[in-house]
Amino acid sequence: MDYFLTDEQRMIKDLARRITEEKIIPARAELDEKEEFPWEILKILAESDLFGLYVPEEYGGFGMGCFENCLVMEELSRGCCGVSVSYAASALGAYPILLFGSDEQKKKYLPDVAKGTKLAAFGLTEANAGSDAGGIQTNAVREGDYYILNGTKQWITNGGEAEIYTIIALTDKSKGARGASAFIVEKGIPGFSFGKKEKKLGIRASATRELIFENCKIPAENLIGKEGLGFIVAMKTLDVTRPGIGAQAVGLAAGALEATLNYSRQRVQFGQSISSFQAIQHMLADMATEIEAARALVYQVAKSIDAGAKDVSKISAMAKVFASDVAMKITVDAVQIFGGYGYMREYPVEKMMRDAKIIQIYEGTNQIQRNVIALQLIKESTLTAN
Amino acid sequence: MEIIVCIKQVPGTTEVKIDPNTNTLIRQGVDSIINPFDTYALEEGVRLKERVGGKVTVITMGPPQAEQVLRDALTVGADEAILLSDRAFAGADTLATSYTLSKTIEKIGSFDLIICGKQTMDGDTGQVGPELAHFLSIPYVTFVKKVEEINENKIVVERMVEEGYEVIGMPLPGLITVVKEINEPRLPSLKGMMKAKSAQVTIWNHQDIDAKKDKVGLAGSPTQVIKIFTPERHQKGGMLQGNLETQVDTLIDKLKQGRLI
Repeated sequence: MDYFLTDEQRMIKDLARRITEEKIIPARAELDEKEEFPWEILKILAESDLFGLYVPEEYGGFGMGCFENCLVMEELSRGCCGVSVSYAASALGAYPILLFGSDEQKKKYLPDVAKGTKLAAFGLTEANAGSDAGGIQTNAVREGDYYILNGTKQWITNGGEAEIYTIIALTDKSKGARGASAFIVEKGIPGFSFGKKEKKLGIRASATRELIFENCKIPAENLIGKEGLGFIVAMKTLDVTRPGIGAQAVGLAAGALEATLNYSRQRVQFGQSISSFQAIQHMLADMATEIEAARALVYQVAKSIDAGAKDVSKISAMAKVFASDVAMKITVDAVQIFGGYGYMREYPVEKMMRDAKIIQIYEGTNQIQRNVIALQLIKESTLTAN
Repeated sequence: MEIIVCIKQVPGTTEVKIDPNTNTLIRQGVDSIINPFDTYALEEGVRLKERVGGKVTVITMGPPQAEQVLRDALTVGADEAILLSDRAFAGADTLATSYTLSKTIEKIGSFDLIICGKQTMDGDTGQVGPELAHFLSIPYVTFVKKVEEINENKIVVERMVEEGYEVIGMPLPGLITVVKEINEPRLPSLKGMMKAKSAQVTIWNHQDIDAKKDKVGLAGSPTQVIKIFTPERHQKGGMLQGNLETQVDTLIDKLKQGRLI
């Protein structure tokens, strides 16, 4: 389907596609096998100016938005979601600064993130605080001009590789979620270390690590916004980044469909290509239709956000839920159509299936997303009824 | 430092088709790309500019659609682009091409270094670089695989030879042709693409560069291509028979007959 992209958007998409074809696809199997962080590819993305699309021009970016990020995410994810999540996680770490940071914070941190010379990361999840993000225990205690951080963040994408971390910690335990605050923590400061690097089912090129804070003293000016704003910062950030995760799912599914189409035309059984069998054709037709529907939803949500829509939590959750469920189903079907070959690591679809699963889980599980959607629906219905 | 890079638009395929009547390349219906060797020349030009400062001007001669390769060059760091396009330039051999390029560079005026790819993938002659240096009366080094040193007056390069490399110093202005070992060309940047989209490409004809009409294009080309064909394969394999000793003896005899040992 033609989405009538502007010349600039077309350029961005073409550039991301070229990098995917020339640099990511040839490297993805090895990166996955070795669980190697894709620094070389991220450097190319940086040199191609793709890290700063959403950053305003005054902070060294292009002043574009969520939609352009989605275009890049979709293309990169056609190649490898381990690479694309590393790219996306930097935006996730930088958005809190962009949305709620002071001008000084923006000037200090955003230009390097926009250039791609420094990666950012976002730290919310803890061992006992996943879907129940209010259960975090990492705390920050004010002492003069400093905050003292203690606690451990878990499963942080880009952990250990990023230079700039946005951390959500409790500044007032008695207030629960309203007692959380967001902080910028730089790699290398005393009291901040990294735990084990996780071994994962999929997106194995990406780095997922613990962040450990032991009496970590950070300057008070690293507080984002004000005390108590932590969860608002986190939720508003996730609202604008979720469509990117939806786009990741669309790209992954599109890559799986491409691989499956090529395979099914070449694979001969019973004297003819398996693409001539209706059983396969119907699966391919469903895959293509679902991808197109997911893409349309993701693009429209991203455009709504860029146009300044308010209360985007519901539509943002819809884009993420729908696209990630589509990606899971399609990659499972892709492996099915490839048959025994699909189960082998020589072909790309088993990796795609492994990668798909996380998209239903991270950036808010699909169950939590459905809660968000349903609560908003009921709220809207109540308002209309009254 | 003023750097000039000469590039050529070539068919983006190895299956080049030749017009049997004119014995020139058929360009219609084939996607065109920058001659791969020229991408290394361009990358080296941009890297030298980044190293010592200055400007990279990229030149190509070809039909109006060759403007695309110039825009592609602008996306990866070239600063200015000149397209030599004129019906009179059509059918040029290497002599007419290098004459035309030399007149263009004379018109540009000042330059420090000219960089060309070692050869094109369609014509494969590798003559244009050296001929261009001859027309401009400047020194040149071919098959450069590394630029060791460069300043306004001098360049020191490593030149690939069959069994290793030579280190050669050359006064500037001069010309080098480069091999693919010299670098890995970068991908475009978004800023480069945006710049290239709105950039002005200068288009010059033979009058603009003050070139004599009988020295450009087919008229200025002493090379007469009689026929272009793929040679037939004549090699034939043979199986040696008998036991091991007999086979070895037969092989040695055959090698002696062929004066290979």
